[in-house]
Amino acid sequence: MRYAMAIDTKKCVGCGDCVVACQTENNVPIGYCRDWVVENVAGTYPQLEVEIRSERCNHCENSPCVRCCPTGASHIVEGGVVLVEHNKCIGCGACIESCPYDARYSHPDGYVDKCTFCLHRVQKGQDPACVSVCPTNCMYFGDLDNPNSDVSKMLATRKYKVLAPEAGTNPQIYYLT
Amino acid sequence: MKTRRDFIKISAVGTGAVTLGLSTVKLAKASEPGSIFGKKAKNQVAYERFPTYCEVCFWKCAGWTYKDEDGKILKIVGNEEDPHCNGRLCPRGTGGIGMYYDEDRLKKPLIRVGEPGNQSFREASWDEALDLVAKNLNKIKKEHGPECVALFSHGTGGKMLSHLIKAFGSPNITAPSFAQCRGPREVAFAATFGEEVLSPERTDIRDTKCLVLIGSHIGENMHNGQIQEMSEAIDNGATIITVDPRFSTAASHSKFWLPIKPATDIALLMAWIHVIINEELYDKEYIDKYAYGLDQLKTHVKNMTPEWAFGITTIEPDTIRETAREMAAASPAVIVHPGRHVTWYGDDTQRSRAIAILNALLGSWGRRGGFFNPEAVHLPKYPSPAYPKPQKSWKDAFPGQYNLVHEVLTTGICDATIPNPDLGCHLKSWIVYGTNLLASLPDQKKTLEAIENLEFMVVIDTMPMDITGYADVILPECTYLERYDGIRSSPHREPNIALRMPAAEPKYDSRPNYWIAKELGKRLGLEEYFKWNTFEEKLDWQLKKVGSSLEEMKILGVKKMPREYNDLYSLNGEDYEFNTNTGKIELYSTELANEGFDPLPKYTPHPEPPQGFYRLNYGRAPMHTFSRTANNANLTALKKENSVWVNPRVAKLWDLKNGQYVWLKNQDGVVSSFPIKVRVTERIRWDSVYMVHGFGHKEKRLSRAYGKGASDSELVTHVMTDPIMGGTGMRGNFVTFILNDPKKEVAS
Ligand code: SF4
Ligand code: SF4
Ligand code: SF4
Repeated sequence: MRYAMAIDTKKCVGCGDCVVACQTENNVPIGYCRDWVVENVAGTYPQLEVEIRSERCNHCENSPCVRCCPTGASHIVEGGVVLVEHNKCIGCGACIESCPYDARYSHPDGYVDKCTFCLHRVQKGQDPACVSVCPTNCMYFGDLDNPNSDVSKMLATRKYKVLAPEAGTNPQIYYLT
Repeated sequence: MKTRRDFIKISAVGTGAVTLGLSTVKLAKASEPGSIFGKKAKNQVAYERFPTYCEVCFWKCAGWTYKDEDGKILKIVGNEEDPHCNGRLCPRGTGGIGMYYDEDRLKKPLIRVGEPGNQSFREASWDEALDLVAKNLNKIKKEHGPECVALFSHGTGGKMLSHLIKAFGSPNITAPSFAQCRGPREVAFAATFGEEVLSPERTDIRDTKCLVLIGSHIGENMHNGQIQEMSEAIDNGATIITVDPRFSTAASHSKFWLPIKPATDIALLMAWIHVIINEELYDKEYIDKYAYGLDQLKTHVKNMTPEWAFGITTIEPDTIRETAREMAAASPAVIVHPGRHVTWYGDDTQRSRAIAILNALLGSWGRRGGFFNPEAVHLPKYPSPAYPKPQKSWKDAFPGQYNLVHEVLTTGICDATIPNPDLGCHLKSWIVYGTNLLASLPDQKKTLEAIENLEFMVVIDTMPMDITGYADVILPECTYLERYDGIRSSPHREPNIALRMPAAEPKYDSRPNYWIAKELGKRLGLEEYFKWNTFEEKLDWQLKKVGSSLEEMKILGVKKMPREYNDLYSLNGEDYEFNTNTGKIELYSTELANEGFDPLPKYTPHPEPPQGFYRLNYGRAPMHTFSRTANNANLTALKKENSVWVNPRVAKLWDLKNGQYVWLKNQDGVVSSFPIKVRVTERIRWDSVYMVHGFGHKEKRLSRAYGKGASDSELVTHVMTDPIMGGTGMRGNFVTFILNDPKKEVAS
């Protein structure tokens, strides 16, 4: 099993609903976030392109954050989901430094936190909160090993890219372009 | 100028321990939580989730409020059965809990005390505050007549206050949603098709093949159902054509973006009509059967060629032709979107008419992928006596004008409030429910002049918005998560109803609108209009009449009902009589002709920005609604201030840097109260600037919103009034930059 997400940049409008939904679902303190939205503008008026992307932890297959964690708090579980065990985490921040995507933050309670792919929901058969709320329906989640999952189907039919492939982390968030 | 009313920043609650102590005693008596919640309060805990429909904007998406075992509200999630949201709330709806938890909320009734020049608010009990309101309203009724009281209302709860004011005897009930927003399109579509567009819009975006957006920035305006359907249309490969001087988010998702010169849209629309008629691309059968006035239209647009429009709009003739052909190829599954906030230049009804005519030529009205025919569940009114017949109304201030207007104009109420020797009646008292008039109406000076002339003003709100500082009495309402409200029954493909019930007791000393209305009713001698004992009783009575019940709705949240008529798409050759003078779709409007207006739309040039000034365009951000969410912690976390978008060429000229703060000054010398951040971006034309509406709050008690960003409303001092329907055109204002703090400069 390999969980992954595909996000359609042709549909995302940058509304930030994924961010608020994550916040209320996972009790992320206000002022911090596990996911965020990026806007890139290219060209000059009127020859323009805008790409809007919802970003989060890439649940990298080759994850520097897990490798560098001195306590083993950062670890990989079923479906390749990268998690942080809050109790074990000493808040040293090595993982924050090592992540090429700036996906982690220091929680005010003294540990490091980040996206969990909403594993608590996924285990109940639900989509992650961000996926389930997105008004443009532009996010697809599922198991890459299952060719019938939403995410497999999208990747089979559309062009896509990943962020910072040169970092060699083998990220598992795919952007449909 | 000596003022009757000081603007009181509520943070300066001038009380003193005495009044506080007193009100505590009274409150214990007046609060009687049981009288609001009945015995149900306890049972509610048994539910894990509570049905509601969102009140953060007018889309009113239905959802569920979730609570944990400790009774703490955790999150709000969309109801999957709801056609407004299909289980997905927008960021504002998801962040709606921020409204409930906002520690800056209005907490207790407040009463203005002291002499002009030295006034403050003191806390009061509900009894005292309501008695005072009733006393003043009764006095005005006796001295001037009940018609001299006006209600400004926005949102669901306004209905109960509206019922109260009608029972009281006044017809002057108004909302900014008409003259500051969608009025022109409703009047124009009614003139053309005999019917309004309504809300939610009857646009069949889901099944369209071509969607044309004229300045409508779906995706930045977060009208949930529309955005979801636009996404579906993108999936289905629909063509999107966006006309906007700004590279909006919608433009970035479009096949065609037409970067039009601002204020020239009518020229483009007429050129499209020209191409469609000239190349005989219109739906001939449909037009033959249903429309009136094709010949007049043909003659009218004869010279309105794409070449003519190019000189005005800066859009290439080839692009105009190509996009017109795209639309025709998709016909009838094409939507030239009527927009929503369309009060721009004062000829907005005519622009909306051009849009309506274009849709008619493409045969999209009443067709799949165009405009569907919505149906709503008809909820009977709870029994109550007939309303008294008013003797006078705001319209007396406008003899012979606005005959096509069937709603009350907010700005008309302002005019009818400012004393005028030629006027029989002028208004003496306002009740303002849930709308921050200083942000929702243009021309603040006029609004303030009207307020200055009032004998008495009550504001009912959940938050200390700027308008509350001018009230004589402030009544704190609880948020939508803490109250029942009327059943939502809205026109849609499938008729449906939705329930809002409280998920928690009202925080602080706040109360729901229906309780306030009933309590005021009692004090105004209007008990018989509020015969229900509890609001549940009223809702249950109504629900049972349409085959449901309160019990059932508590479980379902949303209930869909079968359509009574099988006419979702009714104009595929069926006979049909339109509600117009000719019984046809009026390409040529006999109604407008009769009233002395142009029966066919014409392009008229609008003023251009003077040297060194830029047209002020404003719009929405998806995470905020008007000015009302600016203090919501969950949403300010996404966006805490607005910025002014400036083209890099302009930035170079002024030496502006990204992130720098500037003040804006308009053509009338009005300077923004607060500085605004510059965003240098290619996404905006060089002749205009853009900012998101709803920021720059002056009320200090809004701890997160105070002084954040600038207010566009403040800078909209020039209003171009639509002679047909009184809409306030707000896009004829021009601003320039002030680089150093203007207040400091005055001081030195
Ligand atoms: S909720 Fe969806 S549309 Fe909105 S920003 Fe997130 S991914 Fe984009
Ligand atoms: S995105 Fe960052 S935090 Fe997430 S797995 Fe990759 S390296 Fe670790
Ligand atoms: S569109 Fe958003 S704010 Fe408006 S009612 Fe729906 S969820 Fe609430």
